[in-house]
This record gives sequence, C-alpha cells and structure tokens, in this order.
Amino acid sequence: MATQVPMSVEELKQMAVTIRCDIIEMIAKAQAGHPGGSLSAADVVTALYFRIMRLDPENPDWPDRDRFILSKGHACPVWYAALAERGYFDKSHLGTLRRLNSILQGHPDMRKTPGIDMTAGSLGQGMSAGLGMALSGKLRKKDYHVWVIIGDGEMQEGAIWESAMAAAKWKLDNLTYILDRNHLQNDYCVDTEMPIEPVADKWRAFNWNVMEIDGHDMEQIVEALETAKTIKGRPTIIIAETVKGKGVSYMENVAEWHGKAPCQEEAEQALVEIRECAP
Amino acid sequence: MNENKYHHVRPEVIPLLASGELFTKAEQQATRYSYAEAIIELGERNPDVVVLNADVSKSVHTNKFAEKFPEREFNFGVAEQNMMAAAAGMATTGLIPYATTYAVFASMRALDQVRNSIHYPRLNVKIAASHGGITPGPDGPTHQGQEDLSLIRAIAHSTIVAGADSPTVKLATWAAAEYEGPVYLSFTRDPVPILFDLDYPFEIGKAVTIRDGTDATIIAIRDMVSQSLVAAAQLAEKGLDVRVIDCHTLKPIDVEAIVQAAKETGAIVTAESNIKFGGLGGAVAEVLVENYPVPMKRIAMRDSFAESGQYLEIVKKYGMSADHIADAVREVIARKG
Repeated sequence: MATQVPMSVEELKQMAVTIRCDIIEMIAKAQAGHPGGSLSAADVVTALYFRIMRLDPENPDWPDRDRFILSKGHACPVWYAALAERGYFDKSHLGTLRRLNSILQGHPDMRKTPGIDMTAGSLGQGMSAGLGMALSGKLRKKDYHVWVIIGDGEMQEGAIWESAMAAAKWKLDNLTYILDRNHLQNDYCVDTEMPIEPVADKWRAFNWNVMEIDGHDMEQIVEALETAKTIKGRPTIIIAETVKGKGVSYMENVAEWHGKAPCQEEAEQALVEIRECAP
Repeated sequence: MNENKYHHVRPEVIPLLASGELFTKAEQQATRYSYAEAIIELGERNPDVVVLNADVSKSVHTNKFAEKFPEREFNFGVAEQNMMAAAAGMATTGLIPYATTYAVFASMRALDQVRNSIHYPRLNVKIAASHGGITPGPDGPTHQGQEDLSLIRAIAHSTIVAGADSPTVKLATWAAAEYEGPVYLSFTRDPVPILFDLDYPFEIGKAVTIRDGTDATIIAIRDMVSQSLVAAAQLAEKGLDVRVIDCHTLKPIDVEAIVQAAKETGAIVTAESNIKFGGLGGAVAEVLVENYPVPMKRIAMRDSFAESGQYLEIVKKYGMSADHIADAVREVIARKG
C-alpha cells in the first residue's frame, strides 16, 4: 500500500510511533544495534521522509532527489525503518538487520541498501560527503537539498569543523545539518566527557544559520525543516534537543542503551510504552 | 647493440644510461607538474572532472586548473579529511573529483575517509598524491610519503598507479578518468628524467617491459624506474643481460608479467622508494611465493625515516641508487645456483 505523502503533523506523529516500533523490533531480533540514538532521531527522520524531502522510492537514484545522510551511522535502524515504511524495500528485510547476506548492514552501506545515499559509520565523515553533494548541486544548478543528521558526540570529531568552515565559505544554502542533541555518547554524558557547549554559538561563529528546536515536537520539526529550505546564502543547522532512547522509559537518558539490544521481555515493554504515546 | 633491447625509451635517453649521465643530462620534470598539465587537458574534454585542493595547489600547479575552470576547482584549505569525504559525496552525483594533496596527507591524515567514504562504497574518486616516496628530498621525513603505496594497497577495491615520468603520469591521469572506481595516483615532488613519450602503451594493470633481458629482471615503480634502467645498462657493460619492467600499476599487480619474468630470467629485484614493507617488493614477493618462487631482493626504503637532503643524495645514502640495484641483481643471479 503506497503511503500518502506529504503527511500532516498528526500522521507524522503516528508514523513516528510505527518507526520507533520497527526500531525496537529489528534491534531485538538482531540482538545487536543502537537503539538510543535511533529513537532520539526518529521524529526528525520521520518528518524528512514523509513530508519534507523530494523523493521517489521507485527510483532511488533519481538525480534530482533530495539527499539524506545519517552521519551518525550507528543509528541506522531509524533510517532502515523509514526507508521500509516509505516503500524502498519490503519490511521483511528489517528482520535481517546485521545478519549475514542482509541488505541491512550494521552501519549504512549505500551499495547494499536501496535509498541509502551515502555509506556512513566512521564518525565525522557523512557531513563532508553531504557538503560534496551540495557543492555538486550548486555546480550543476540542481535544486535538490541535502540533509545530514549529525550526533552531539560526533561534534567532537575535528572534521566536523572542517566541514563547518567549508559550507559557510561556499554559502551552501542547499545544505542543512540537523544536530541530534541527545546529550549522551557511547561512554558517558557528552557534556562531561568532552563538553561541546556553547553549541549554538559555535555554529553561529562559523557563520551558519542556527535554529534551536524541541526535536520531539513534530510541529516545531516540520516548521524548522521547511524554514531551512528557504534560507539563502548560508548553510543551516537545526539543533534538535532530544532524549536518547525517547519513548522507552528504561532507555531514556541512559548511556548504556547507546549500543545495547533489549531482550524479548524488555522489547515487549518498549513496544507497549511506544504505542501508548500514539496520538 | 643494446639499443634494440629497449622498448619505448626515448632514443636520446639510451646513451645516457650506461654513461651515468641520465640524471644530469636528460630532460627532467617533477611529475606533479605533468599531472597539473594533464588535468587541464582532461578538464577541457570532460565537464564532469573537478579538482579539489587542500592548500597545495600552487605547489602542484593545480592552481592553473583553477584559473582555467574556476567553477570546477574547490580549495578546502588545510583540511584533507573534509576534502576526501566531500570528494566521495561529489562522486555520488556523477562528478569525477581529483582530490589533490601530498602523499602523506592523502594516505595518512585522511586515511579513514579514504577507506570508509571512498573505497568501501567504491566511489569514483581519483586521489592525486604528490610528494611520493622520498621525492620531496629537502622537506624531510614529515613530507616524504614513503608509506602511501603500502597503506593504500591494504585497502579493498584500491587501484594504485605511479607513473615513472611525466608522460606516463599524464597517461595515468587520463586513464584514471576512464576507470570506474577509486584510483590513487602518485607523483614525484622532485624532478625525474623523462624516459618515455606519450605513445607509451599505458594501460592500468599492465606492466610494461622497457628493456629485454634474460639473466634477471628488475621490477620498478615510479622514480625508481630510471634508477633501474641505469642499473641494467651498467650491468650490460659487465656482460649481464637484465630485463626491466615498469610496474606503474602497483594494484592490481600484473601477475602474468611477474611470473613470466621469473620463469624466463630466474631472478627478481624490485625497486621502489616506498618503505620496504607492503609496497612493490611485498606485492611481487606475494606473487612469486604463490606462483613461481625464484631468488629475489627488494630495493626500497629500509626500516627508517630518511632526512632532508637533495633527492638523489637520499636515494644514494639510503640504498636505492642504480649502484645498489645493480649489486642486488648480481646477488640474486649468484643465488640462482
């Protein structure tokens, strides 16, 4: 059944619930993966795939499509779920995450998965790839937009700042980063392990247009993403304040759920809690 | 008598080999400049070609491409990691980026990007690396890319081409554009003799026999091809008939040419200004061990960093000169038994 897009905010909220359930189910089945950062990015990814981006799931390599890169590639379950729900491939593949011969690798592989625009996984690279795509769009006078989600732990990678300088130099208003500001990284809290504040000021100082939103408020997300497309003359970063593990009580704000799979019992509880949040 | 043993070597170069005057009297050019010339010609005929720089465009002369095609040149400043991953992103849209920097930065500073963003997805990025081996003599070890061939060779899907002189570097630059997937191109910072012409039969993956011989074979790459020709010419004066192969493509290595040389000449010497581990010597040894073991010796940068000095002084001090290659040939011939 073809999904009707663009979705209304209410429909997006419902789709985000579906995608969160997919995330839990696929990670629980794989018994490996990264639930925390997948759940924190779920609302933004849902808005992009079901309302904002110009896409054709029947033609994943369409040259004029908007591009999406999950620079924090470990959160790929959210990307796979969105692609499956959007019709890029059959949902049955979600059950093969991280298994031998699967099209769904542990980190995104553009050569294996339809709809994956860039291989990612080693942090601090996807945003530069997005910058290259945006430069190419300018050179060829294409009007596609490039969307890149970066992590707040990832902001510790020096190459992030190389890309920040370059995107401002080339005035890439066809490039938007979304910072999934969930405050946790693999080991500890971002702000104690290696503080990145003042985040917004840093990006402003690099001459970016900066927006700050609640990354779980669908109305704010949609408005920010739509506004980002209209900004001219400089790149935009949307700092999305999020909760790692959002929607699952025992995962929320707990660093250990960065890269741990729930057992069957935990997964069932998670699914109940997520569905309770449905609009 | 010896002249008809040579293939594709410029006639005016041949008399300079045995006399030892190759490095003083032959026309020379740093191959980085030849790349810069080639990329302009390529840019004229292929609108998809773009050049990415990282603050060494005035050194490599890719600033000339920028003057000619300002919209198709992107200077990333001193930020090689961003440049390499951006090149990958550009390649996904059908552009053919030539990401240009020095070998040490291309193969080490940005190695993670080169591996994960370029080679793993097999994106059509050409990595143009000047200052290969110990060729930036006076700059010293921080700028001498003596490990790049080994490091890039270890990456899956990598293709590595290191032309011996300016014409073959031009041919390599053009061939890379026709070759789908990542290609690592290596150039010299310092001048090297112009040995060949543009009618050289250049094909990625195909080594070229540039001197016939039956007593042993020298397999050489990049700047060591000229040293190897001199070594063979000097050995010929002593009655030894040595084949020389320009192994410009390190990967995929030309297994057939190596095995044939082993069968027909019975002894092999490799010559490179890369570190002794994992470069040409390693690649040839792997082929021989699994196919046709014969006595072999590797001329390469020993387990050491070099130092500042004139390029040819370093070649000599660190054991990679024509004399060292000739000694190694005598040794492997003696071991043939």
